Amino acid sequence: MEFTAQHFIALLPLLIVSATLVVVMLAIAWRRNHGLSFVLSAAGLVLALLSIPVAHQPLALQVTTLLQLDSFAYFYMALILLATLACVTLAHAYLGEKPGAEGFPGNREELYLLMLLSAAGGLVLVCARHLAGLFIGLELLSVPVYGLVAYAFFNRRSLEAGIKYMVLSAAGSAFLLFGMALMYAESGSLVFVEIGTSLAAQGASPLVQAGIGLMLIGLGFKLSLVPFHLWTPDVYEGAPAPVSAFLATASKVAVFAVLLRLYQLSPATSGGWLNDALGLIAIASILGGNLLALNQSNLKRLLGYSSIAHFGYLLVALIASDGLAVEAIGVYLATYVLTSLGAFGVITLMSSPFQGRDADALYEYRGLFWRRPYLTAVLTVMMLSLAGIPLTAGFIGKFYVVATGVESRQWWLIGALIAGSAIGLYYYLRVMVTLFLVEPGLRRHDAPFDWGQRAGGVMLLAIALLAFFLGVYPQPLLELVQQAGLAAL
Amino acid sequence: MILPWLILIPFIGGLLCWLVERFDQTLPRWIALFTMALLFGLGLWLWGSGDYSFAPRPDAAASWPLEFKHAWIERFGINLHLALDGLSLLMVLLTGVLGVLSVLCSWKEIQRHVGFFHLNLMWILGGVVGVFLALDLFLFFFFWEMMLVPMYFLIALWGHSSNENKRSRINAATKFFIYTQASGLIMLVAILGLVLVNYSNTGVLTFDYALLLKAQLDPAIEYLLMLGFFIAFAVKFPIVPLHAWLPDAHAQAPTAGSVDLAGILLKTAAYGMIRFALPLFPNASVEFAPIAMALGLIGIFYGALLSFAQSDIKRLVAYSSISHMGFVLIGIYSGSELALQGAVVLMIAHGLSAAALFILCGQLYERLHTRDLREMGGLWSRLPWLPALSLFFAAASLGLPGTGNFVGEFVVLFGAFAQAPWVVVMATFGVVLASIYSLAMVHRAHFGPARSDAALAGMDAREVGMILLLAALLVLLGVYPQPVFDTSLATMNGVQQWIGSALSPLVSAR
Repeated sequence: MEFTAQHFIALLPLLIVSATLVVVMLAIAWRRNHGLSFVLSAAGLVLALLSIPVAHQPLALQVTTLLQLDSFAYFYMALILLATLACVTLAHAYLGEKPGAEGFPGNREELYLLMLLSAAGGLVLVCARHLAGLFIGLELLSVPVYGLVAYAFFNRRSLEAGIKYMVLSAAGSAFLLFGMALMYAESGSLVFVEIGTSLAAQGASPLVQAGIGLMLIGLGFKLSLVPFHLWTPDVYEGAPAPVSAFLATASKVAVFAVLLRLYQLSPATSGGWLNDALGLIAIASILGGNLLALNQSNLKRLLGYSSIAHFGYLLVALIASDGLAVEAIGVYLATYVLTSLGAFGVITLMSSPFQGRDADALYEYRGLFWRRPYLTAVLTVMMLSLAGIPLTAGFIGKFYVVATGVESRQWWLIGALIAGSAIGLYYYLRVMVTLFLVEPGLRRHDAPFDWGQRAGGVMLLAIALLAFFLGVYPQPLLELVQQAGLAAL
Repeated sequence: MILPWLILIPFIGGLLCWLVERFDQTLPRWIALFTMALLFGLGLWLWGSGDYSFAPRPDAAASWPLEFKHAWIERFGINLHLALDGLSLLMVLLTGVLGVLSVLCSWKEIQRHVGFFHLNLMWILGGVVGVFLALDLFLFFFFWEMMLVPMYFLIALWGHSSNENKRSRINAATKFFIYTQASGLIMLVAILGLVLVNYSNTGVLTFDYALLLKAQLDPAIEYLLMLGFFIAFAVKFPIVPLHAWLPDAHAQAPTAGSVDLAGILLKTAAYGMIRFALPLFPNASVEFAPIAMALGLIGIFYGALLSFAQSDIKRLVAYSSISHMGFVLIGIYSGSELALQGAVVLMIAHGLSAAALFILCGQLYERLHTRDLREMGGLWSRLPWLPALSLFFAAASLGLPGTGNFVGEFVVLFGAFAQAPWVVVMATFGVVLASIYSLAMVHRAHFGPARSDAALAGMDAREVGMILLLAALLVLLGVYPQPVFDTSLATMNGVQQWIGSALSPLVSAR
């Protein structure tokens, strides 16, 4: 196929992020400067975000057989870029302003490089229309994350988490590849749509079903769905806080978006026992995630388990797969990203600048309200939003998922969702009330007093306000998501 | 335009309370008091100036004395739709009175983080007013869930933990929250079911009350949806198998929390049944009515018996609430207009008398630092005023003629007799049990040998004033309830017609 200017314009966000990558890398090679690397990366991300309205065309555009750029892709690109931007900002606060006595002892600049690289992978992933595109995107997304998770390599936990994530992620990729090979053997094509049509014509043979099952395992691993969730709490706990934020938001959103596209475009994945299996995975994720989170006293682990449950809720919408489903997933992912960024953001600011370990034990947050009321207000809003209480964005997301479930009459899944959120309330409330309890004597970590004036703090306050605003007046978000429907091509 | 302000005033007042906390510790109290007085004053003004002789009914579902509508989430056809009729007005007035009292009764009790306490208190009341005014089902659910959060904080942060377990107040608050939130989600599913059924029939996606009233429902679906609503209301009501959160929440809550919980929050459930469950699902409700009345009976006896067995005075009052709300439930589901009106009077009277009893419990606790009846006794000789006033409210609670409770219970039983004579006969025995536990409470606390001879601090003007105000209102309601009957007449008449149309084929079939 021939490349025209139009194709390049459509690819602008991806191109800009890649260019930023090169520039940052050269800047580091030329002279190490933390501030400069941060500014360059943030500027590149902002530029990429701004290029989305320019790149967006009314009709979906196919760029090579691998990528398809439609409204759906651009919506998730925006989400990933925003999440990455937030994580980069948090990372800047976390690593500390200057090398020296305070802050991160190792090299700081490469973190931005890895994060940008991973974001580029995410951008590829959300517009993949071809299994090869999917695999390239997924690996580009995951491989830098190995480095990110182990970024504080002198810290035993971080290193352990990095190795754990690498081994298991590679195993997941292997499953995925094998599944793809089986699918290709049967259908003779790697394009989502063609796989769907050819399988619909031939019927699903055991080989294909095995292939789809293996692919689900691979993707389920990346999304940390039960029973492929075992890595999640350890990795969330071990990784530096901004990296956990990235892992919970940008990385998962990209994978879920591609799963949604695959599921919608090649209907062979739906129907039959696979749907039941997916339903079981959803129920297991909702109940398992929430139950395991109940007794966590480590905030990062708790959020890790809660993210398992949240992706279980998302699966409910995915299984429903018609009517409101695509829209519901868009809204839910947007609110989830917002909320997770907020929650991890508070942890990051509490642990900033880097002090060897993160402030992630629940007792370190005891009575935070009476010391840092606004920071606590942010975390409270985030907890309420994760629990799906009205006045927060999370409620709108949950409302959508319940509506989708009712619409498609998935009563078992709805039942699990209700039970799951009732269980979930317990630990969200536990975190929340801890923030307000009377202050004990010990206090190891605290956010710096001027946290609100720094970039990370400003962004965090903006996130909290946005979460509140979307909870009260969600109409703008809903309109945006409605336009980001999936083109049938 | 006044309706949104009724909701916004408490929210804004609450924020102000929090903001001024850093300057002065008493200023938040005054602001909260002023806010609630303003709300009550507005309610009274609306009562005086409005005409409440009409309300929605099957043939004119969209007629409201006062209405406010503004587009909110167009995607789902959700509007900020508020409206006020006689029933809502009475409930808003009750909220105003008890709001003023809950600010007053925490004047001395709450000394930590005064501003944040009043923020929570005001937001609960704002949410409750929202529930009483909302006519869009989404909006109703929104307020229904929203008021839980401040209530949770109120119990968890300012509550009293028992001596054995330091975390018991947090556990009680969490239990309360989980019970109500989970049941609320079931209601959300029912709401969505109703909306989507209506959507598939008419092609209009709406959450509006007036439009959903006309929805055509399959009997089986109607029954299921009705159950969804009923479960959510039953938890808050509380109806017996789902009541477990109530005694704990009451026992650990601060006085203001108990006052709001018993006085207003329980009433939101009864209001929801009258406003939503009955008119939206008349056929299913009529079919379900015998079960509901049986649950009411169980509640009356269970609450009364357990109340008698309590040694914690606040738990005793809490269980008595379960018993009284049983009468309300029977009144609501009996399907007679008179009984429905009686239920409204009983709701108000119980709100006032339970609030008074909880305030008295709070005052006792401030003096004795215990709520255990076994450590009381003989208080009559050690304390002026308080025992006598307790006796008055205990008498009110057992339904002594001359108090609003008597009028309410009598009218409920009288009105329901035609429809359900056996239920009424059995419920009447509940009244006897009420006198046993009420008098036992007074006896154990205030009579008998004194534990010590030291005199306790008497009541100051604020404390006496609050209680006398409640006593006066209760007597007024007892001797001249006509204004309340007049105000709620139109609404109850409409509700009765909805059920009546469902009831008549059933009666003729007999």
